[in-house]
Amino acid sequence: MSASEPAIVIEDLVKSFPGTPAPVLKGISLSVDRGDIYGIIGRSGAGKSTLVRCVNMLERPTSGSIRVGGREVTNLSDADLRAARRDVGMVFQHFNVLSSRTVADNVALPLEVAGVSKAEIAKRIPPLLDLVGLSDKRDLYPAQLSGGQKQRVGIARALASKPSVLLCDEATSALDPETTQSILELLRDINRELSLTILLITHEMQVLRDIASHVAVIDDGQIVEEGETFDLFANPRSAVARTFLSDLTAHDLPPALQSRILPQADAGTDPVLRIIFQGESADNPILAELIQRFNFRPNILHGRIDYIQGKPLGVLTVVAENGGAVLQPILAYLQSLNLTGEIVGHVRHARHAAA
Amino acid sequence: MSAMLVTLLLESLRQTAVMVGVAAILGSLFGLPLGILLVVTTKGHILERPTLNKALGVVVNITRSTPFIILMVAIIPFTRLVAGTSVGTYAAIVPLTVAITPFIARLSEAAMREVDAGLIEAALSVGATPLQIIRKVIVPEAMPGIVAALTISLVSLIGYSAMAGTVGGGGLGDLGIRFGYQRFMPEVMLVVVVILVGLVQGIQTLGDLLARKVNKRLKARA
Repeated sequence: MSASEPAIVIEDLVKSFPGTPAPVLKGISLSVDRGDIYGIIGRSGAGKSTLVRCVNMLERPTSGSIRVGGREVTNLSDADLRAARRDVGMVFQHFNVLSSRTVADNVALPLEVAGVSKAEIAKRIPPLLDLVGLSDKRDLYPAQLSGGQKQRVGIARALASKPSVLLCDEATSALDPETTQSILELLRDINRELSLTILLITHEMQVLRDIASHVAVIDDGQIVEEGETFDLFANPRSAVARTFLSDLTAHDLPPALQSRILPQADAGTDPVLRIIFQGESADNPILAELIQRFNFRPNILHGRIDYIQGKPLGVLTVVAENGGAVLQPILAYLQSLNLTGEIVGHVRHARHAAA
Repeated sequence: MSAMLVTLLLESLRQTAVMVGVAAILGSLFGLPLGILLVVTTKGHILERPTLNKALGVVVNITRSTPFIILMVAIIPFTRLVAGTSVGTYAAIVPLTVAITPFIARLSEAAMREVDAGLIEAALSVGATPLQIIRKVIVPEAMPGIVAALTISLVSLIGYSAMAGTVGGGGLGDLGIRFGYQRFMPEVMLVVVVILVGLVQGIQTLGDLLARKVNKRLKARA
């Protein structure tokens, strides 16, 4: 194992299931740096669950390579695989805690399985329960816990064998928004305190917005887009990513507005301009500047500012009511500030539409 | 009722208790591991062995579809081999065990199949061996169902044991037939039936109680 090797390296991973013609994963390659929180987002059926289950070999890949901590895991013997799995914790959507065991005994399972002595287990459980905030619940059974608490048991269990990688398979999808937030905070704290690498799959973009530093968008068994979370939010390139972002950012207009947008300019139309504010310039009074400098008369159609990984991202769609004359200098000016400005279509003049 | 009848009743009760008790213990010792095998050798399970699974299934089905009275007579050579004789209370334990083992296997198999695949996956993900998964996940999680299965089996055994008279096994059922029916003493029949009803009620109540006790899913929210 070399220190520079990323935590997880997946190369050309293919997985097909017998009886289904098309592979579920069609050549996935990605690399997750140590200590990173890496998110994988996709629709249900996109193959993201299969992908994460290949990392700890709950699914055997059809072909391709997976290295965890520099070690190839696809060709391990059963015994080596069991040892390797102790280095990879997994948190499940439906918690998967044993109803027959108390909170403490659930967390102890990975240690028992690894042959850790009773005395040692007794020493290692309290700090784990403390970490997930369940110290006072140690002797309760899962039936006595809420969903969020059960997931905390699941997380403590996943951490018990001191793994270097944590896999989260839709870990918050069965939880309400408030509990989701608290679990995400817990995951972020764990990531910082234990410098644990987290590979997280979800179908909710806001989960990634809140904690992931890198994101891969997977669709139909392939990665369609990959990069830093902020960049994905600022400039989504794939249709899938835009769909996932539609509730969170204003890249796409609401349907009622969208239907008024014409693709071509016409005698009675004004251009529609979309400006994406990001980074430092998002704090500047850009719109006021444009109005003063270029005698620009914007009519705001749609807009929104979000914070992604603590950085502001604004998307504003305006109609340039005084026509296309000033647009070229405006676009050039925006570019000089490293902002994105683009013409997304045209709308009829308000006065013409009324007539 | 005469003192002789009371003595007979007590003796028959003892015989039933011995036959049912020993057959239940032996049947559990053989039936539960067989049930576990039937589950874990299924395709896609932790010890996938489809051929073995099919073979076990066929054997279990054959035994279960043979009426007990026929089974008892059919395996007389085997009974003689195991017990040294084919007649008497102890000899009757052999066919009772043979009949109840697949019954316990199937019922406990059904209980263990109910264990959520996600729990097994969670155990796999922490590096558990198949044996550890059986001991720490499948059996404990299925325990309420297994207790219920054993309760039903015990009750069925009491029914089977009534037929043990055919091979001189004695017991309450045999007493009821010989005295109540063949000697026209309906009051003996009545007493036997009342005792059997009480026995079954008691076993079922105890079984339900135990099943509830081992079911941690019924715990109230704190």
